[in-house]
Amino acid sequence: MSEEKSLPGTYLRERDLQSLPGIVEHRPDVKYLYSAGQAQSMFLRGLKDGRILGVRCMRCGRVYVPPRSYCEYCFAPTGDWVELSGEGEVHTAVVSYISTFRERLEKPEIVAVVKLYAPGYTNKDDEYEFAGMFHKLCGVGEDDVINGRVIGMRVKPRWRPPEERIGSVTDIECFEPVQS
Amino acid sequence: MVSRPNLHVKDRVAVVGAGITLFRRRMLETPRELAWEASKMALESAGLTLRDIDCVVIGSAPDAFDGVHMKGEYLADGAGGLMKPTVRVYVGGGTGVFVPIAAWWHVASGLCRTVLAVAEEKMSPARPHPQGVFAYIWDPILERPLGPNLIWIFALEMRRYMHKCRVDKETIAKVSVKNKRNAMGHPAAQAAGEITVEDVLNSEVLVWPVQRLDISPVSDGAAALVLASENEARRITDSPVWIEGVGWTLDNTHWYNRELAYPRYVNYAARMAYRMAGIERPWREIDFAEPYDPFDYKELHHIEGLMLARPCEAPKLLEEGWFDRSGELPTSPSGGLLGVGNPIAAAGLMKAAELFWQLRYEAGPRQVKKPVHKGVAQAWGDLMQAGTVVVMGN
Amino acid sequence: MTRAAIVSAGWYGFKPEVGDLSFREMMFEAALRAYAKVGVDPRKDVDAFISCQEDYWEGIAITDEFAPEPVGGVLRPTLTVTGDLIQCLGQAVMLVRTGYFDLVSIEAHAKPSDILTLKGVMDMALDPIYLRPLSPPNPHFLAGIMASSFLARTGLGREALALVVSKNKNAGLDNPRASHASPVTVGDVISADTVVDPLTRYDIAPFSDAAIVMLVGGEEAARKVTDTPVWIEGIGWATESGTGSLAYHSWDSMPSMKMAVEMAKGMAGLSGRPQSFASFAEVEDRYSFMELLALEEAGVADPIEGFRMLEAGDFDPNGFFPVNPSGGSLAAGVSFEVTGGFRVLEAYERLLALGGDLEPGLERALVVSWRGPPTRTSMSVILGV
Repeated sequence: MSEEKSLPGTYLRERDLQSLPGIVEHRPDVKYLYSAGQAQSMFLRGLKDGRILGVRCMRCGRVYVPPRSYCEYCFAPTGDWVELSGEGEVHTAVVSYISTFRERLEKPEIVAVVKLYAPGYTNKDDEYEFAGMFHKLCGVGEDDVINGRVIGMRVKPRWRPPEERIGSVTDIECFEPVQS
Repeated sequence: MVSRPNLHVKDRVAVVGAGITLFRRRMLETPRELAWEASKMALESAGLTLRDIDCVVIGSAPDAFDGVHMKGEYLADGAGGLMKPTVRVYVGGGTGVFVPIAAWWHVASGLCRTVLAVAEEKMSPARPHPQGVFAYIWDPILERPLGPNLIWIFALEMRRYMHKCRVDKETIAKVSVKNKRNAMGHPAAQAAGEITVEDVLNSEVLVWPVQRLDISPVSDGAAALVLASENEARRITDSPVWIEGVGWTLDNTHWYNRELAYPRYVNYAARMAYRMAGIERPWREIDFAEPYDPFDYKELHHIEGLMLARPCEAPKLLEEGWFDRSGELPTSPSGGLLGVGNPIAAAGLMKAAELFWQLRYEAGPRQVKKPVHKGVAQAWGDLMQAGTVVVMGN
Repeated sequence: MTRAAIVSAGWYGFKPEVGDLSFREMMFEAALRAYAKVGVDPRKDVDAFISCQEDYWEGIAITDEFAPEPVGGVLRPTLTVTGDLIQCLGQAVMLVRTGYFDLVSIEAHAKPSDILTLKGVMDMALDPIYLRPLSPPNPHFLAGIMASSFLARTGLGREALALVVSKNKNAGLDNPRASHASPVTVGDVISADTVVDPLTRYDIAPFSDAAIVMLVGGEEAARKVTDTPVWIEGIGWATESGTGSLAYHSWDSMPSMKMAVEMAKGMAGLSGRPQSFASFAEVEDRYSFMELLALEEAGVADPIEGFRMLEAGDFDPNGFFPVNPSGGSLAAGVSFEVTGGFRVLEAYERLLALGGDLEPGLERALVVSWRGPPTRTSMSVILGV
């Protein structure tokens, strides 16, 4: 490696690829029906009813949102269910200009981690662990993200109308600022 | 709890050879052929043949990149694993640095005298863009319905880091500038070059704050190391590079239930590795580092996780030139993922290979200015979860 | 060198479908049971966690993301191995032998019932250039080729395979994990339609949802947590061919299996036929012919002799050398990477149950397993009490 020598491997440019004979195309036929399990099913049913549910670890008192059947810190089954107000504050937020498959979006989306107000935590800014959700933000502009105004902003879920809810995280359309 | 120095480890383990292929956006070779090329080069650099190898460890990140289920079984022949105990390990993006860790315990256990450790990744088979593969890394029920893009999660972490540590994009862009410049000395490099902070800030905005030149490229490539027990190593070479400490950690899956500004998953792994290596003050005892840099801010983030700087201190040290190749604590002298390229597992192993080359003073134009005794390489993976750390010394 | 032992094991499922729990909850249930049996707190007492899983089985890329929480491995050294639970066991043995790790938890789970297109998933393991364009109509075609070659080489007929099926499906009737056990007769198998010549649906083990967690300890740690450690006297694993070059492979034998058994015997310091040092065996049988092939590669009996012993009842649960007294995969189903681990679990529990009744000198069990098509990877474990 000390002297400059050429390494193995052959670089293939896009146009060279197209000119190769016998390119094999394979479209995978892989489909799954994921079991949500006990804790997530309860959570999804809650969303359908317009409620954000968490579950408490009876040992350490942490309230998990999204809920799980076990406390990952104590390694014990979780206990009581808790309903949250749904309000929280923005931990971090970004502006996405591209889609899942990296196409340019016509209208950028704002995505955030929302730290939810929940019992079992101090709800202060320096807390390492918290109840929270990963979701979209609406009612704020790109500038609010870029200049940082959005971080720490109080937000609440904007629910879809009950008849449109299907028991999915998308039953929340987005989180929006709480008007004070 | 794992908290012992390494005097409990029976066998010292050395790295005695390394190999690497070109890193490029798309390679003609199949994944098996890439693995073979890197393996062959690693064996030759150690003056060994496959016959001298007892066991094989393969590393590769998600199967969906190469588009092959049971990728370890598929790579087995190219990686020299036939009629040998062969295993594939993985911890997502952290896999590359994890491969020498797994090879370490193969030797340290006394079960294998020599191990060929091979990492391969081919991101190009996925069409139209490998980003589509990343759609499947999310929780299928809670996250995938939102239509996420992989860059979201990085952008969220970067934004939080910028907020918490009061760092601006200009400073972070300097990591990209440094690493792409460092990579100009690397024969495998895909994205080396002299760029400016303005180039980064003017590049396409993907997910603000992440822009095109904040990110490492999409790559194909492979890398390999040969590890040996102390007895074998002394026979093979006069300048073995010792694996002095290994550490790894997985944090919880729920990345949006914790502070994103500080990578405790890296910190825990680093503490494990330093303890094994008997290192108490890494910021003084480590001479150079290869922190994982798929994104420019990640290098700073990981430098802090590795305790080579205090939390939020890395940007300031970067500005002072502390991490330059001629600096006090050179980071990513290889050019990193930003400069050399990012075939996931192979990129991590490239970082471990850089420790080997630097510690043998064989890094040529990339050799850091100061004398080197100890180096640390680190990779990160999964949903802001995996930390893998290896400490090597000469 | 530190000896390693299995100190505890927990399991969940082994049902055609576990609908009410997610795979993570199944992992948790298995882990909870494994730890509770020996009073181990994974958050403090376990030094490393290994999960055996594959992305496409899960439908998640980078599926190790989901490994740590359900087994107690959050913020601890947790890793994944893409392989059978026996390969995880091998890694655990090595970790313990480094002298740096005392207790290691290993885990595997499978939820085939979550997969809607199992053939499509299994096709993804075929070489993309040579095999996928052929679009084989049935994922069991490789087993068909192997079975035909095996029968052609040995001169055995389908009755031999039917006898294996009948023995194992019946043996599983009193095993709570053998959800696919049934009083199948040789006649039932012979008269069934073939799925892939020469195999009928009885010859092909069905799928089960399952999770297993085992706790592996070094000698000192093992004795601290349990009075009944089961020693991993030997373990071996080997790959004989890459899945990209199957065409070059001999189809009527399984050299990797032989190598894995030899490696395990070497580590255990044992030689000779397994029946000379073990009381029973749990061997590969996800396709009926594999049991006879596994017995051959393990050195128990060549296929003709094996068939005679099978006919004579030597391999029955109460025979001279019981083979798959659990019912094997034919009765318990195939659970992806759990499958080999299931054989280890059966051997572990049976050794503990027999305890003092084991004949002196034979206080061991032999486990032989394969990773399933299209792989050419095999594993072997020798357990002893």
